Amino acid sequence: MIKLKNISFEYPNGRKVFKNLSLHVRKGDRIGIIGPNGSGKTTLLHLIVGLIKPAGGDITILGKSRESEKDYREVRKRVGLLFQDPEDQLFCPTVAEDVAFGPLNLRKPKDEVRRVVEQTLNELGLEGFENRVTYNLSGGEKKLVSLATIFAMDPEVLLLDEPTTGLDEMATQIIEDILLQKAHTYVIVSHQREVLEKITHDIYKMDKGTLRKL
Amino acid sequence: MIQEPFAQGKSIFHRMDPRVKILVAGGFSVILAVSTKPPVLLMGVLFAFLLIILAQLGIRQVFYRLLVINTFVAFLWVFLPFTFPGTPLFTIDGLSISKQGITTCLEITVKSNAIVLVSMALLSTSTVFGLVHGLHHLKVPNKLVHLFFFSFRYIHVIHTEYHKITNAMKARGFEPGTSLHTYKTYAYLLGTLFIKSSERSKRVYQAMICRGFDGTFWVFQHFSFRKRDLLALVFMGTYVLFLALMQWGARY
Repeated sequence: MIKLKNISFEYPNGRKVFKNLSLHVRKGDRIGIIGPNGSGKTTLLHLIVGLIKPAGGDITILGKSRESEKDYREVRKRVGLLFQDPEDQLFCPTVAEDVAFGPLNLRKPKDEVRRVVEQTLNELGLEGFENRVTYNLSGGEKKLVSLATIFAMDPEVLLLDEPTTGLDEMATQIIEDILLQKAHTYVIVSHQREVLEKITHDIYKMDKGTLRKL
Repeated sequence: MIQEPFAQGKSIFHRMDPRVKILVAGGFSVILAVSTKPPVLLMGVLFAFLLIILAQLGIRQVFYRLLVINTFVAFLWVFLPFTFPGTPLFTIDGLSISKQGITTCLEITVKSNAIVLVSMALLSTSTVFGLVHGLHHLKVPNKLVHLFFFSFRYIHVIHTEYHKITNAMKARGFEPGTSLHTYKTYAYLLGTLFIKSSERSKRVYQAMICRGFDGTFWVFQHFSFRKRDLLALVFMGTYVLFLALMQWGARY
């Protein structure tokens, strides 16, 4: 579903992040990527949804080579990215409106959106959160709502940036269970090895600008 | 998020369709701002008082907001009477106060207070989201609606970052004083604030386009135009129309 080939990328300050990086995600793959801070884990996920463009290499997503902004617009509707900081993701006053934002952008009719919002919140154990104000939620709740906003778009692949970092044991457990039960294909970036071992099949290490299978 | 204390309440304006409120507040403000006839101004003030009473807002907060506006108006009172050309009323130490200057000041004071009162009663009784939806449905150009929404959204972002940084400063024992250290710290605060807010706004935008945002805000929790909204529009609209007639219409 996602094929990165010989990707190279460097930051504007000239620091090289990726050198001949390749990654192949197939349907049903559960992939974990581990690496120290600043090794480019987040950058890799942003490359996949086209928020930044590589200096070299080929990106094929969902069977098509992706280059222009227009290509990526379609990608973003079918590949869900969970941001590291839920504060970046949540911007509507109420939980329901934030969860509805994606489906509405997909031009779904109102009734269906209402149904999707209700169903997604139920699935993630967020019943009764509809009218809660997003900025008054706890850290764990914010993360779950962010996840709900992605789930509501029914993406074919999930890209998760540190989904459990900074959460307590219980919240971590909830997220792990949800991913194991409700998600099929995903790439998780994290520096918590024990979490990745529980919920992914393959773990890669980000090392000197390329990925090495562990 | 920025507090919207006036948006919570149960008055008739809180339950009104935001489109009606935007139309009335807009019409009223334009007419009052350009009006020159004392009876129109008087009727305008009456309207403003009526609405603010109906809106059932906290009287202290209303006064506080008026105070902010009138601080600016106070500056006009200091300068305008002396500088406005016209027939001198009386003279202090060679400086003459003109009659026209006083009238102009009075006009500005009345106009600005009336407009602010009406805005408080009508506009701040909606959430910003409600207003954005309303503007959208009144076919206001998308660009303007976005500008309005994102200004609000990012003022909130800057506000939050500001609190985070000042808290971190306080936690390390910072107390502002008259010293180079204080000035330097504030300069750093402003610099960091600017960079952090700009970075964050970039990420918020990225998160939005990742969820398929393409420039249109789709409305989820929709307001509906009910019978009582029509009634309100007719009542308030007639009053505003009457003001316009008094200003420009035939002599009565």
